[in-house]
Amino acid sequence: MSQTTKTIEVIHKPEFIQGNEFKFPIFQVLKQDGATYKGAKLPEMDQEEALKIYRTMVFTRVLDERMLAAQRQGRLSFYLQSTGEEGTVVGFAAALDDRDMIMAQYREQGALAYRGFSVDEFMNQLFGNELDYGKGRQMPIHYGSAKLNYMTISSPLATQIPQAAGYAYGQKLEGKGLCTVTVFGEGAASEGDFHAALNMASVHKVPVIFLCRNNGYAISTPSSEQFAADGIAPRALGYSMRAIRVDGNDILAVYLATQAARKIAVEENEPVLIEAMTYRLAAHSSSDDPSGYRSKKEEDVWRAKDPIARMRNWMIKKKWWSEDEEKQLQDSMRQEVLDAMKNAEKRPPPPVESLVTDVYDEVTPQLHEQLEKLKMHVRKYPDAYPKSAGRMTHG
Amino acid sequence: MAKMNLLQAINNALDIAMAENEKVICFGEDVGVFGGVFRATSHLQEKYGRARCFNTPLVEQGIIGFANGLAAQGHVAVAEIQFADYIFPAFDQIVNESAKYRYRSGNLFDVGGLTIRTPYGGGISGGHYHSQSPEAYFAHTPGLKIVVPRNPYQAKGLLLSSIRDANPVVFFEPKRIYRASVGEVPEEDYELPLGKAEVLKEGTDITLLAWGAQMEYIEKAAEMAEKDGISCEVIDLRTILPWDMDTVVNSVLKTGRLVISHEAPLTGGFAGEIAATIQERCFLYLESPIARVTGLDTPFPLVLEKEYLPDHLKIYEAIKQSVNF
Repeated sequence: MSQTTKTIEVIHKPEFIQGNEFKFPIFQVLKQDGATYKGAKLPEMDQEEALKIYRTMVFTRVLDERMLAAQRQGRLSFYLQSTGEEGTVVGFAAALDDRDMIMAQYREQGALAYRGFSVDEFMNQLFGNELDYGKGRQMPIHYGSAKLNYMTISSPLATQIPQAAGYAYGQKLEGKGLCTVTVFGEGAASEGDFHAALNMASVHKVPVIFLCRNNGYAISTPSSEQFAADGIAPRALGYSMRAIRVDGNDILAVYLATQAARKIAVEENEPVLIEAMTYRLAAHSSSDDPSGYRSKKEEDVWRAKDPIARMRNWMIKKKWWSEDEEKQLQDSMRQEVLDAMKNAEKRPPPPVESLVTDVYDEVTPQLHEQLEKLKMHVRKYPDAYPKSAGRMTHG
Repeated sequence: MAKMNLLQAINNALDIAMAENEKVICFGEDVGVFGGVFRATSHLQEKYGRARCFNTPLVEQGIIGFANGLAAQGHVAVAEIQFADYIFPAFDQIVNESAKYRYRSGNLFDVGGLTIRTPYGGGISGGHYHSQSPEAYFAHTPGLKIVVPRNPYQAKGLLLSSIRDANPVVFFEPKRIYRASVGEVPEEDYELPLGKAEVLKEGTDITLLAWGAQMEYIEKAAEMAEKDGISCEVIDLRTILPWDMDTVVNSVLKTGRLVISHEAPLTGGFAGEIAATIQERCFLYLESPIARVTGLDTPFPLVLEKEYLPDHLKIYEAIKQSVNF
C-alpha cells in the first residue's frame, strides 16, 4: 500500500512540533485512604473477586519477604521481588479471561498466583527441584505454566514483546476471542524488540495488550535517564495505537483499564498500550542494593502509596475486610510459604539425563554420546559431584 | 516430473505446505504481492490470502520475535529474512529464544513450527552485505537445525521436511544458483531427511565434503581429479546442525583423506568442527592432514570476489596436495 493521501495542513514557516508538549493524563479511581474519587467509574467487582485479588497481593508480598530472607540465608541462589507493584500485576491479571496468554518479564508472580499457581509450584521452580516444570534449567523466578496460559519467562529483556504480537496474531487467526498480554518495565521499553513489536502489532492489527510497569528504575538507572519524553504511553501514538496511563498502585484503575483494553483488543483486533505508573519498592533483584542510588526519603514517599494498603482501606470501608482477618491471613500465608519451602528444599534436583532432553524433540546421537561419557565420568569420581548426579538410569 | 529452478522448487514446497496445512503462515519483507525480492513466495498471497502470506515492516528482530510467538501459539511460521547478512538484528531472537524455547520451559512450550528461510552466499556481486554465509554462528547454538540445499530437488524435499520438523530450522538458500540450478523435480509431495548427509558419488582415494552452492565446485574439482586417476567420494552434508557424523566418518575411514569446502571465512568456520571430529575418530586412518578450502578471514569483498571464493581450482589443488602429501 502506498501512503494514503489525506488532506494535510500546509504551513509556510519552519515550525517544529515539540514532542514533550503533550502530557498523558493518569487514570485513578482509588484514594490512599480507600475512598474513591467523586464521579470516578467503579468496576463491577463483587466481594469474592475483591478478596481473591487482595489475598493474591498479600501472598506475593509474603512470598517476596520470605524468599528474600531465604536468599540472604543462602538457601536460594537468587530472587526478584514485586513489592510495591502488586496492584499493577494482580490488577491486570484479574481483568483478563484466564485463557488469555500472559507473556511476562519476570516481576509478575502475582499474575501467575492469581491464576492458581500453587505455593508448591512456586517453590519447585525457585529451588529447581525434580518437580520444577522447567526441570531446573533456569534461575529462580523463571516460572511458566502451559495449563495456566503463562509463558515461561526468559531472562533477556523485551524478547517476549514481539513474541506476544505473533502469539496474538495466531489467536486472531483462530478466531478464539482471546488476547495476549505482554508485560515489561520502562527499561525494557528501550530495547529494539519493544519498537519492533509495537510496529508489527499495529500494522497487522493483533489482539495484544502491551503493559508497561513504569516502576521508576531499570536496575540502578532512574527513569529520568531512561527516556527523555513523557514516559512510555506517548510512544503508542507514533504507532497509531491507543494508550492509557494508569496509576499502577490503584488496583481498581488497573482493573478497569485492562478490562477496557481487552475489549479493544478482542473485539476490534487492535493492540493497546497501558502504562502503569508504580514504584519498585524493592531492589531490582537480590543482587542489587538500591540504597546506592536513591534516598530513603524517596522510598518513604512511595511506601505511603502502598497498593496493598490502599485496597485494604477500600475493603475495610466496604466492610469486606477487617484487621482481625488481616492478621489471620498474614500468619497463615507465612506458615504456608515456610512449609512449602521446606518441602521443596528437600526434593532432589532433576536426574542428570534431563541435561540432554528437550534440546530437540528427540535426543540426538551426539547428545546421547555426550551423556554416556558424562555418566561414565561421574561413576568414576562419584564424590566429586552432587550425590544427586548418581541418580541415573543405568545402561 | 517437471523442470524447475531452485526458486521454483522452493515456491512449490511452500505452496504444498500451505495447501496441506492451513496453519502454515509465510511472511517477511516484500513476500506478499511482490513475492519476495527473489520471488520465492510468488502467488502465495493470491492463493492463500493476506492473512497467511504477508509483508512485514523492515524489522528482522520483529519478524523473528513475531514468528517465535506465532510458532509458540501453535501455528507453523515460515519467516523470510531477505538476505542472510540481515539475520543479525534477529540473532538474539534466534539464539536466545527460538533455540531455547523448549529446553528452558521443560517442554511446556516450543517453537518447533518455526522455519527461517534466508538466501546466503556470494557470487552475485553483492559485496559484504549481500554475500555472507553465517551458518557457523548458528551451528554453535544447540536447539536449532541448520539446513542448506544444493539443487532444486534437494531444496523442495528439505524445505518440506524443515517446515514439518518439530524443531526450529534455519534454512539457508544458495542464492547464486537460485535460477542457475535447474533440474527434474517431482510435482508431488516428498521429503528428504534432515540430519542426513548424501553421498553423491562413491570413491576410494579421498573424501570431498561441502554443502549448498559449494557442491557445484566440489563436483567439478572431483571430475578434474578423476582425470588424474584420483577416485573421489563426494558428500553433500545438507544439514549443518545436527550434522551427520557417521556418514563422513565412514567415508574417511575408507579413503583416509578429507577436503572440506565452505564459502565462509576459515577461522571458526564449520569445517573446523568437522576436522576436529574426524581427527578424533579417524586419527589412525588419516593419510594426510584434513584440508579446508574456504573464504579468507576478511569481510566479503565486492570486486575481488572470484579471488576470495573457494572454487573448483582451489579445491582441485587441495585434492592434489592431500593425495601427494
